[in-house]
Amino acid sequence: MQETIKHVACPYCGACCDDLEITVEDGKIIEVKNACIIGTEIYHHASREGRVGSPRRRQPDGTYKDITYEEAIDFTAKMLIKAKKPLIYGFGSTNCEGMAAAGRVAEDAGAVLDNCASICHGSSFLAIFDTGYPSCTLGEVKNRADVVIYWGSNPQHAHPRHLSRYGVFPRGYFTGKGYKGRKVIVVDPRYTDTARCADHFLQVQQGHDYELFDAFRMVMHGYADKIPAIVAGVPKEKILEVCDIIKGGRYVHIFFGMGLCHSDGRNHNVDIAINLVRDINEYTKCTIMAMRGHYNIAGPGIVWAWQFGFPYCIDLTKGSHAHMNPGETSSVDLANRGEVDAFINIGTDAGAHFPIRAFEKLGSGMPMVTIDPSVNMAATVSDVHIPVAIVGVETGGICYRMDNVPIQYRAVVEPYNGILTDEELFDRIYERMQELKKEGWTTDEGTWDYATPLADVRPVKEVYE
Amino acid sequence: MTVTVTLTKQPELYLEADQITPDVFAGKTLDEIGAIFISEGKVKYPLSEFATIEGAAGETAADTKIVLKGDWTKVKRIGQQMTAGEIVIESDADMYIGGWMKGGKLTVNGNVDSFCGIAMAGGELVVNGNAQNHVGSAYRGDWRGMTGGTLRVKGNVGNDIGTFMRGGTIIVEGDAFIHVLTHGEGGTIIVKGNIEGRVGGQAVKGDVYVNGKIDFMMPGFAYVDDVECEVDGETAVYAHYIGDLGERHSVVKGETVFSNLYLKK
Repeated sequence: MQETIKHVACPYCGACCDDLEITVEDGKIIEVKNACIIGTEIYHHASREGRVGSPRRRQPDGTYKDITYEEAIDFTAKMLIKAKKPLIYGFGSTNCEGMAAAGRVAEDAGAVLDNCASICHGSSFLAIFDTGYPSCTLGEVKNRADVVIYWGSNPQHAHPRHLSRYGVFPRGYFTGKGYKGRKVIVVDPRYTDTARCADHFLQVQQGHDYELFDAFRMVMHGYADKIPAIVAGVPKEKILEVCDIIKGGRYVHIFFGMGLCHSDGRNHNVDIAINLVRDINEYTKCTIMAMRGHYNIAGPGIVWAWQFGFPYCIDLTKGSHAHMNPGETSSVDLANRGEVDAFINIGTDAGAHFPIRAFEKLGSGMPMVTIDPSVNMAATVSDVHIPVAIVGVETGGICYRMDNVPIQYRAVVEPYNGILTDEELFDRIYERMQELKKEGWTTDEGTWDYATPLADVRPVKEVYE
Repeated sequence: MTVTVTLTKQPELYLEADQITPDVFAGKTLDEIGAIFISEGKVKYPLSEFATIEGAAGETAADTKIVLKGDWTKVKRIGQQMTAGEIVIESDADMYIGGWMKGGKLTVNGNVDSFCGIAMAGGELVVNGNAQNHVGSAYRGDWRGMTGGTLRVKGNVGNDIGTFMRGGTIIVEGDAFIHVLTHGEGGTIIVKGNIEGRVGGQAVKGDVYVNGKIDFMMPGFAYVDDVECEVDGETAVYAHYIGDLGERHSVVKGETVFSNLYLKK
């Protein structure tokens, strides 16, 4: 019998569209409405042939053999205990429950815990540490913003429904004229598909956004006359014209993407953007928001900041305290420098996203486990690949949208072949680690203080049950 | 009194040696120094596991000198938070060398990785090679960077030199990449080579002297006049710029206080 489930949130990008309608028949997904083409594919992927239905162990000849969950969990637990500095990286595509469970495992294993922000908006976090984050919700942008700036981001490709749901086209409470009432400004080195929707396009010289921001800030500080004739490839007249539009707006909002946080200067580009927002607030209301990539990549920032005090790049090897310093404790640097000796890739694909030299070290020099519903590039070189249920399709949970608003995700079908969720898997890894430690398992040499928990600290489970 | 520590075994990963300071060594016997913990990931080892220790430590930090021989390339945090005495590293070293240093002298006869002299408050740090990024910079999220002391790098440096700097002096005898004195609130930075750009971005106060070229000037710096200055013992004529005009500035006795950039003519 066909059943249509309404108000389903989409597990693709950070816009977290929560108006999907999924038609299901006999445990199979038949039709997806309202989602973009990429979101639609994620749902159909769940019902497609060729899913991995059980954990797999890599054989000496490179082929994979199915193993049980018990064997896969045992391998992972032993790897975490024996390693001096294991790295657990990923979490772009899982729910907060899974992230919290992984946090418990990482703390117990003395691991480095990192998420995809490390190669994405992590540098934005550093800017936020330095200067704060005058942000808002996407609802406020929709209902109030009459000047919208997309700086170094191309949502038409990365967040396909962002412009129609929040940024440019929707008619909100105070923005009843929709796109006709909004001025849209796009700053990018390329004439992107988002730039095609813009009233003003500033073609900034690649890698020189920082200077352009400085010129904008000079206008806000009353030094417009001192601006050179051309800044970062943009003529002074154009800068002054756009600044007039910004000052004349009732509510200005800046969306920034990886054009800022992953060109030279990284956090400083975001830092100066945030400071421009502060300056604009002397004239009118202005807010700023990072265009977060995955549907729940804001999640680990929230969950782990609550658990450990830091959003990403969390070094838990010290036992007594969490240490965070990207450049040292960030996954790519750890891999490049050869500073880790075991690797768990979960809910992402380090094989596809890391620089090849970094991934080579992870993939060839140490034990590696991939936890992912699909066979991704990292899975093809892992010692063990553990499939898990797809969040938003086969299991629900909390996910944080790009504006840090939690959205309740829902399961529309049962997990394929009865596979575990991320949370169940990490809880079982944790329990297995406790058993192994009681049996006397430890690192091969030296003293691991943290392997012996303090006597007066009861395990989390015991406290709650 | 001198303690010579020779690294005889290389770690599989990297070692963290924040205990190697004159402050910790002072008043200890060689056996006690050998028992000091250094860590590799989550595992702790006594220093003697990796190194041989000779000589004798002084009664106080001020009269303790530590000479590190062997290859210390994969060792972090040497001289962290030291307040007095002297350390000489006779090889390359890794991150955080002289980080949060308050006094004494630390010399590296080789290259160092990133974060050397981070949040330094006093003393003298000399790197007779190249340094990577975040030299004399602030720790992440801290708006109080380097506050005092002298940090000299004989070779080249990367980016983020003296970020959030409030005092002290950084001298780079080679080139720098980008972000010099970003968010500066005081202090002096001298770069004798060239800089790609972003010098003094968002700087409120502080001085930068550049003997070479800057490829991309910040738009927020405006030319004022030519001045003669003595920089690290040499006198020359410099073009004087003020900025960053796109940043807040305090007003003292009716005059706005800017950050200064001196570019050698």
